[in-house]
Amino acid sequence: MIQLIVLLPLLAAIIAGLGNKALGKLPAKIITTGALFAICAMSWSIFIPFVMGNGEAYVAPLFTWIQSGSFDAQWALRVDTMTAVMLVVITSVSSLVHLYSWGYMDEEPDQPRFFAYLSLFTFAMLMLVTANNLLQMFFGWEGVGLASYLLIGFWFRKPSANAAAIKAFVVNRVGDLGFMMGIFGTYLVFNTISIPEILEMAPSMAGSTIGFLGARFDTMTVLCLLLFIGAMGKSAQLGLHTWLPDAMEGPTPVSALIHAATMVTAGVFMVCRLSPMFETSETALTVVTYVGAATCLFAATVGTVQTDIKRVIAYSTCSQLGYMFFAAGVGAYGAAMFHLFTHAFFKALLFLGAGSVIHAMHHEQDMRYYGGLRKSIPITFWTMTLGTLAITGVGLPIIGIGFAGFYSKDGILEAAYAAGGAGTGAFLVGVFAALLTSFYSWRLVFLTFFGKPRWAASEHIQHALHDAHGHGHDDHATHGHGSEEANAPAQEHAGHDPHGHETAPAHMATGTGGYHPHESPWVMLVPLIVLSIGAVFAGLVFHDQFIGSEGGIAFWQGSLAFDSHLMHAAHEVPTWVKFSPFTVMLTGLAIAWLAYVKYTDWPQRFVAQFGVLYTFLLNKWYFDELYNLLFVKPAFAIGRFFWKFGDVGFIDRFGPNGLAALVVQGNKVTRRLQSGYLYTYALVMLIGLAAAATWAMTR
Amino acid sequence: MIGLQHYLVVSAIVFVIGVLGIFINRKNIIIILMAIELILLSVNINLVAFSVFLNDMVGQVFSMFVLTVAAGEGAIGLAILVIYFRGRGSIAVDDVNRMKG
Repeated sequence: MIQLIVLLPLLAAIIAGLGNKALGKLPAKIITTGALFAICAMSWSIFIPFVMGNGEAYVAPLFTWIQSGSFDAQWALRVDTMTAVMLVVITSVSSLVHLYSWGYMDEEPDQPRFFAYLSLFTFAMLMLVTANNLLQMFFGWEGVGLASYLLIGFWFRKPSANAAAIKAFVVNRVGDLGFMMGIFGTYLVFNTISIPEILEMAPSMAGSTIGFLGARFDTMTVLCLLLFIGAMGKSAQLGLHTWLPDAMEGPTPVSALIHAATMVTAGVFMVCRLSPMFETSETALTVVTYVGAATCLFAATVGTVQTDIKRVIAYSTCSQLGYMFFAAGVGAYGAAMFHLFTHAFFKALLFLGAGSVIHAMHHEQDMRYYGGLRKSIPITFWTMTLGTLAITGVGLPIIGIGFAGFYSKDGILEAAYAAGGAGTGAFLVGVFAALLTSFYSWRLVFLTFFGKPRWAASEHIQHALHDAHGHGHDDHATHGHGSEEANAPAQEHAGHDPHGHETAPAHMATGTGGYHPHESPWVMLVPLIVLSIGAVFAGLVFHDQFIGSEGGIAFWQGSLAFDSHLMHAAHEVPTWVKFSPFTVMLTGLAIAWLAYVKYTDWPQRFVAQFGVLYTFLLNKWYFDELYNLLFVKPAFAIGRFFWKFGDVGFIDRFGPNGLAALVVQGNKVTRRLQSGYLYTYALVMLIGLAAAATWAMTR
Repeated sequence: MIGLQHYLVVSAIVFVIGVLGIFINRKNIIIILMAIELILLSVNINLVAFSVFLNDMVGQVFSMFVLTVAAGEGAIGLAILVIYFRGRGSIAVDDVNRMKG
C-alpha cells in the first residue's frame, strides 16, 4: 500500500504532464485529483492504527539504487509513526489543494501542467518522508525543490515570478550544500547512509572529534550543524528565509501546499527524524533553538507591517517554523511534529482562504484595498476566522480545550520553559512572537473582512469594473503580472516614506466602487471547510498522542527521540506559564481590534511616531538589501570578471577565436597559390613530382 | 654510331619542350594540347629506344597503345575546347582561371 501511496502521484504526474494538451484539462484534473484522494484515504488508513497504538513500523524495499563497496543505497519506503503523520499531512492537504485548484485555476489555459507539477511535488515529498537513507531523503529534498521552482515560476510570462523561482532555487542551493556535506560527513564517520543504522551508532560517536584544516571539532556537532543548514534552507529559517516571501509569486494553492503545509516543514521533519543524532550534540541543539527563536521573532515582526495578504501569511509560516525548530532544539520533538501537524491544517486553510479572497477581489492582493468583505464572502470569512483562532492558539488554559494551535503552540512554549537553559530565552521570545502572531493574524482578518470597503481604489477592481463582462478575466496570467508591477512600486514608495500608507491613504477613493465580490465556487469552499474542521479539532483529538508524556511514548514508538520527562515537566509548569500565551493572544487581539476596527487612525499615528522602526520592518530588516550587497553584487562582479577577462579576454582570445584568426591569416597566404591558372598547377605538380622522384632515388 | 643515349637526349629535349609549352604558353589552350602530345611522344621515343636496346617487343607494343590514347586524348581535348569556346568565347589561357581559390 505504501508503494501505491508514493508512486500513484508520480504516475498521475507523468500522465497529466506528458499528456498535457493531448489529454485535455478535465482528464488531467480527474486523474491527478483522483489519485490524490485515493492515496489520502490510504494514508489515513495507515495513520489511524498508529493513533490507536497498534500500528507496525516496517520498511518496504523497492529495489537497489547504488551499490558500490560498502556504500549501499536502496530505494525503500519506511513506514513508522513519523512517516504516518507526514503522510496524512501531505496527502490531505495536497488532495484538498488539488480540488481547490479546480476552482482557483479555472481560467488558466495551462491546467494539465499545473496539476502535473502538483502531483510531482506530492510524489517527491512522499519520497522524502518515507526515505530510509539519507540519499533517498536528499532525492525527495531536491524533488520538492524542483517542484517548488516549477510552481513558483508557473506563470512564466511574469518576470517577477521567474525571479522568485530562481531566488528560491538558489537560496535553497545554499542549504542543500550544507545537507550534502552533512551526508558526506555522515558517510565518512559512520560508513553508512542508512538512517536507522546512523541513529543506532550516533550515541557511541558522541564526544569524538574530527579533524579539518588542522583543527579538531566535535564530530556530532559538525554533522548536525551541516544537516541543520540544509533544514534551514528548506524551512526558510533566519538567514536563508529570503526566498519564502518571494515564493508568494506562485499561484495561491501552491503557496498553501508547498510554502505552508508541506515542503517548508521538511527541515523540521529532518531534524525530528534524525533527533537521536541531534541529541548527541548539545551545541547543535542550542544553535537550533537560537535560530528557531530568532526566526520566530524576526518573521513575526515583519509580518505585522506587510500589506500583501499572502506575504503576511508567508511571514507567519516562517515564524511558525521557528516555533517548530526551537521546540526541536529544546528536545521537544513531539511538540515540534505536533505543531507541524496542526500548522499544516490551519496554515493551508489561511492560504486557501486568502486565495478565496483574492479570487473574490479579482486578484487584488493588497489588504489596504479590502475591507468589509465578511458579508460578501461569508463562508470564506468564517473558515478564515476559524483558521485565525487556530493559529493564534485560542483555548482555555486550565480546562485544556481549544483550537489546534492552542495545543501545539502552548505545548511548545511550555516545553521550552520546562527545558530551561536556551529554552527559557526561546520561551520568552516565543511568547512575544505569540503576541505578534495574534496581532498580525487578527489584523489580516480585520483589514480584510471588517471596516468599510476600500475596493474602489484598487486597480484590479477598476479593471474588473471596466471589463465589458465584469468577470471575464481570462487573461489571468498577464493580469497578475500587471498587478505585481503595480504593487511593487507602491511598496517601494511606502518604504521610503516614513508616513507610509499603513491603511488606504486619504487621497484614495473608498467605498465599493460598485463592485460586487462573489463567494468562490464550491470546489474551493469544500477544502476550506474540511481544513477548518482540521484546524478546530486536530489539536483536541491528537494532543495526547503527540505530546502526552505517556501517550507520546506509545505513539511515537521510538521513531523520534521522545523525551517523556520533558513532556511531563511541560505539563507541570507554573500556572503563569500556562496562561502567558493565552494572555498575549488576547492582548494581540485587543490591539488589532483597537487599531484596525475601533480607532483606524492608530496605525498612521504609530507610523508617524516610530517611522524608523516601521521602515525597518517594512523592509524586512533589510535582509534582501544586505544579501544584495554581500552576495549578489560580489557574485555579479566575480561573474563579470570571469566573463570579460577570463573567458572573453583569455580563453576565447587565445582559444577558439585565436585559432580561428590564425587559420584565417594562414589562409590569406596559402590561397595565393590557388591562382586558378592551369600552368601554375602543372608547375606545382611537376615540382612535386620531381621532389618525390628525387626523394625516392636518393633515400 | 647513334646509341641509346642519343635517343634519350632527344626524348628529354622533346619532353622539356612539351613541359615548357605548358608553362610558358599564356596564349592558347590548343598549344597546351599540342604540348601534351609532345610529352607523350617523348615517352614513346623512350619506350621504343629501350625496346630496341633491351630487345623486348613489349615496349613497342606499349608505344602503340600510347599513340592510341594520345589520339583519343587529343580528340576529347579538342571537343572540350570547342564546347568551352562556345560557352566563354575565348580559349586564351589567361582567361581560364575558374579554379582560383
